[in-house]
Amino acid sequence: MMRATKAVWSLLGVGLIVCTLLIVGCANTPQTNRLLTAPDGPKQPIELTKVPFFPQTAYQCGPAALATVLTWAGAAITPEALAPQVYIPGRQGSLQLELLAASRRHGFIPYVLEPRLDDVLNEVATGTPVLVLQNLGLSWYPKWHYAVVVGFDLLAGEIILRSGGEARHIVSLGVFERTWKRGGFWAMVSLSPDRLPHTAEAMRYVQAILGLERVRRWHDVKVAYKTTLSRWPGNLAAQIGLGNSHYALDDLPQAEAAYRRATRDHPTAAPAFNNLAQVLADQGRLQEAEEAVRQAVYLGGPLLERYEQTLQQILVRQRKAAGGHT
Amino acid sequence: MQQLRRFARPISSFVVLCLLGLGTYLPVGHAAIISTEAVVNAEQAQQQRDHVRDLLNRNDIKTYLSARGVDPANVQARVDSLTDAEVDALASRLDKHPAGGGLLEVALIAFIVLLITDILGYTDIFPFVNKKAK
Repeated sequence: MMRATKAVWSLLGVGLIVCTLLIVGCANTPQTNRLLTAPDGPKQPIELTKVPFFPQTAYQCGPAALATVLTWAGAAITPEALAPQVYIPGRQGSLQLELLAASRRHGFIPYVLEPRLDDVLNEVATGTPVLVLQNLGLSWYPKWHYAVVVGFDLLAGEIILRSGGEARHIVSLGVFERTWKRGGFWAMVSLSPDRLPHTAEAMRYVQAILGLERVRRWHDVKVAYKTTLSRWPGNLAAQIGLGNSHYALDDLPQAEAAYRRATRDHPTAAPAFNNLAQVLADQGRLQEAEEAVRQAVYLGGPLLERYEQTLQQILVRQRKAAGGHT
Repeated sequence: MQQLRRFARPISSFVVLCLLGLGTYLPVGHAAIISTEAVVNAEQAQQQRDHVRDLLNRNDIKTYLSARGVDPANVQARVDSLTDAEVDALASRLDKHPAGGGLLEVALIAFIVLLITDILGYTDIFPFVNKKAK
């Protein structure tokens, strides 16, 4: 009897050790290790002390974190005003998508970072606070939390967050990486359209602007494409996007200039010729419009049908114009 | 009430006419503009196609394929015939197999070979591959 009990206890002990090892084994932190052993990287501690702090009430870490980054980016907003837009009572929290949508509604461009810790630190080092999703619990017992990274110290191996009720929550980089990893390495910055995130990648940034197009904030969209072109002057999507936003704002000469630049930089970009044709036709320059759209049709591609439609419309308008004169 | 009825018909016809007019008028000016989103999608599709093409051009994969009697030139043509959606599905799967590293590499090659035999119609493993009638 005694022996049986002992066996059970030792089995339990072994089980406990195995479980602990499993948890610890899963929780390695390759990104932190790489950062702490890398010779390059800022040696001085960095902290964005001017980032505001909104102590979180109840479960509302989403609104508090979003208000923090948006206020920093120039919005006049409070967590209370944001709560109805991002807080989902049934879930006692916010979804990442809600945070992106709310940023857009206020005219800011949310940019989701690559899942790299050094990108997060790079943004902070260049003056932009980063909103992160953490799971403070375990994968099978989650405790979701949004916080804002405002500083770090690589020599001490620490990171500083505006988190919950703490204005300066200091944790080790390793602990942060684990909680952030369980949050799917999700991080975003939200900036006004005239500022590019330091780590932005052209295609991803243009896609972030598309979200702003969908809420039809054309003035902000126009500024954002100009900002994109200041770093990547030859980016085709941004050139056409700039033209399209001018077109949506009814500024035909500026739209024409943007499309022309796109056709010069990308002589094989059929959409640029198509849109140039449309804006020329709208200004009554039907002959030039026809030449441009014929080039689009000639270049072809997946949107060929659309170019052919444009051509037909222009030909109809030409016939009407000719009929009007005779 | 009577009076309201008398006016209802002309007013509703007027509203219907207005809506019809809106429907025919609005698209004429704007339909022709290709949206930025469409441009981005087209560019991305091209990038992904290039990505797949680069992968198939790798020597180890070419060797593997020709050793099994599959002509690389033929494979290239088949990949060109995939639609954008199929290339997208393919590329997202490829990204789950990071390049480099011995064991992963074997899995990657096995995956690509199965994919190609799928495209050629010898196997039927991946549901997103549009089988060519043989």
